[in-house]
Amino acid sequence: MTTPPQPLTAKDVAKVALLARLALSESDLERMTGELSKIVGFVSMLGELETSDVAPLAHPLDTQNVFRDDVPAASLSTAEALQSAPRHDGECFLVPAVLGDSGAA
Amino acid sequence: MSNSAPYTTIIGLEVHVQLMTRTKLFCGCSTKFGGAPNTQVCPTCLGLPGSLPVMNRQAFDLALRAALALECTIAPFTKWDRKNYFYPDLPKGYQISQFDLPFSSDGTLEVVDPKGAFEPRRVGIIRVHLEEDAGKSMHDEAAGTGDTRIDLNRAGTPLCEIVTQPDLRSPQEARAWLNELKLLLVYLGVSDCNMQEGSLRVDANVNLHIPQPDGRIAKTPIVEIKNMNSFRSVERALVYEAARQWEDWQATKAEMGKTPKQTRGWDDPAGITRAQRHKEESSDYRYFPEPDLVPVTVTAEQIASIRNGMGEPPVSLRKTLASKWTISPYDADVLVNQGRELVDYFEDLATRVGEGKVASNWMQQDVLRILNETNGTVAAFPIRPAGLADLIGRVMKGDFDTSRGREIFAEMVTSGRPVDEVVASMGISAVSDDDVIALCRELLAANPKIVADVKSGKEQAAAGLIGQAKKKNPNVNPGKVRATCIDLIRGMD
Repeated sequence: MTTPPQPLTAKDVAKVALLARLALSESDLERMTGELSKIVGFVSMLGELETSDVAPLAHPLDTQNVFRDDVPAASLSTAEALQSAPRHDGECFLVPAVLGDSGAA
Repeated sequence: MSNSAPYTTIIGLEVHVQLMTRTKLFCGCSTKFGGAPNTQVCPTCLGLPGSLPVMNRQAFDLALRAALALECTIAPFTKWDRKNYFYPDLPKGYQISQFDLPFSSDGTLEVVDPKGAFEPRRVGIIRVHLEEDAGKSMHDEAAGTGDTRIDLNRAGTPLCEIVTQPDLRSPQEARAWLNELKLLLVYLGVSDCNMQEGSLRVDANVNLHIPQPDGRIAKTPIVEIKNMNSFRSVERALVYEAARQWEDWQATKAEMGKTPKQTRGWDDPAGITRAQRHKEESSDYRYFPEPDLVPVTVTAEQIASIRNGMGEPPVSLRKTLASKWTISPYDADVLVNQGRELVDYFEDLATRVGEGKVASNWMQQDVLRILNETNGTVAAFPIRPAGLADLIGRVMKGDFDTSRGREIFAEMVTSGRPVDEVVASMGISAVSDDDVIALCRELLAANPKIVADVKSGKEQAAAGLIGQAKKKNPNVNPGKVRATCIDLIRGMD
């Protein structure tokens, strides 16, 4: 059993919106705070169940160990790879200037 | 830092290595380095809708091999998670990584300096996990277009992330430990660890522990250093950062926990670290289980089979070589640190020569010297073990003295021809035992004074004969002349 979550505040929702890169207007924020709170409240019903004897579920499928061999397969052509990009130079995808390091890995 | 420093430097490392697979972690695109941009991409690694990842068996096995070599505990059950963040080199908007159930944890790797520059250091490994790499962003400031170009050839390449405990205590130790890690991973065929090509990347966490007059230990805020492109840069960046934190501490007395963790980038030409953006908190990555990949279980039999096929890691190979060939730990260290191919060459040579120490000396003084001078590899070295063993055998037998042997060696390297041909072309002829005896008889007859001196116990007088012997026959071995003369004089009684 877990305690019911604190109701979401507009500040919580603003932070989630920032992480999702969503620009919410004041009225959007107010509406989303209400709707998200209802969703979280709904999911929190699960907390009413006794789960101390239930093993955590890592995946809904009862399948494990799916692998492929390390054998090369055909890639797309560069033209195919780039064709849906809003902007490209024939070789690379083009995006607005990014400064600083990658957030990668 | 020296022992006199008023603080201890605390260092932990986070290393990413690209695994030596032919294809990416979740698709069949090639991982080959250096291809034209966006020629090794497909719907899966471009993150196109409807594509699904399937795990590369070889990547998982190589990661397992690395974790076992680092003495990690292998989890019987492991799964992958999505690490969510937005960056243009990450087309899916999340990286497939491992969060709460990495496939291995709690390992260790020791580094020992054979010259004793620091105490042996056992460094704990917190975890090793398997994840995918991002693509590459290129920003051409000179072109002034204001665009960043994205090449996704690298996106989805398998990476092993290795995170250490903060167990290192100096920049020098950190560099030595990285060398040991790289050597291990290259020996095992896990990664080529080529830093120029980005196959090995290092971030370092560093802070200072400063004893206070009241006995408390003050800890400076932890700084994560990025953008270090060589192990030398890692050492320099850590030296700089420790000094910077010490100055900062004296000015501000700022302690860990009171400011958020800072990320600083190493500027190699300037030789300084610069503050970067604040890192998102771990919870901001909103990890959740990757629904497109099923979990992986590992059995004890699989672990045993990988362990059996793993080959001997450097740390035990040093001991094996030292005892098998009766060479010093220092010599074994030098040979092992050159890589598996050189060790194989040495063992082949030592077997043929029959004397480990002699073979080791020739490896270090002659073969390695040439390899260093020419920046060559042992695979391409013109003299093969059989040819070198032939030369060494003749030097040991006394056909040539060591300096003659070296001249022949140099000519063999240049010409790529065997001993006999080189000897013939240099006008050197091996001097037979009969020739040496005849020459010595002649010398003794001409030098009664030396004969008398040696008879009276002054064996060093025989040295006077060697110059004369060399004049009569430049190919003669001085040591052999000396020994033969003394034997002959003794036999006169």
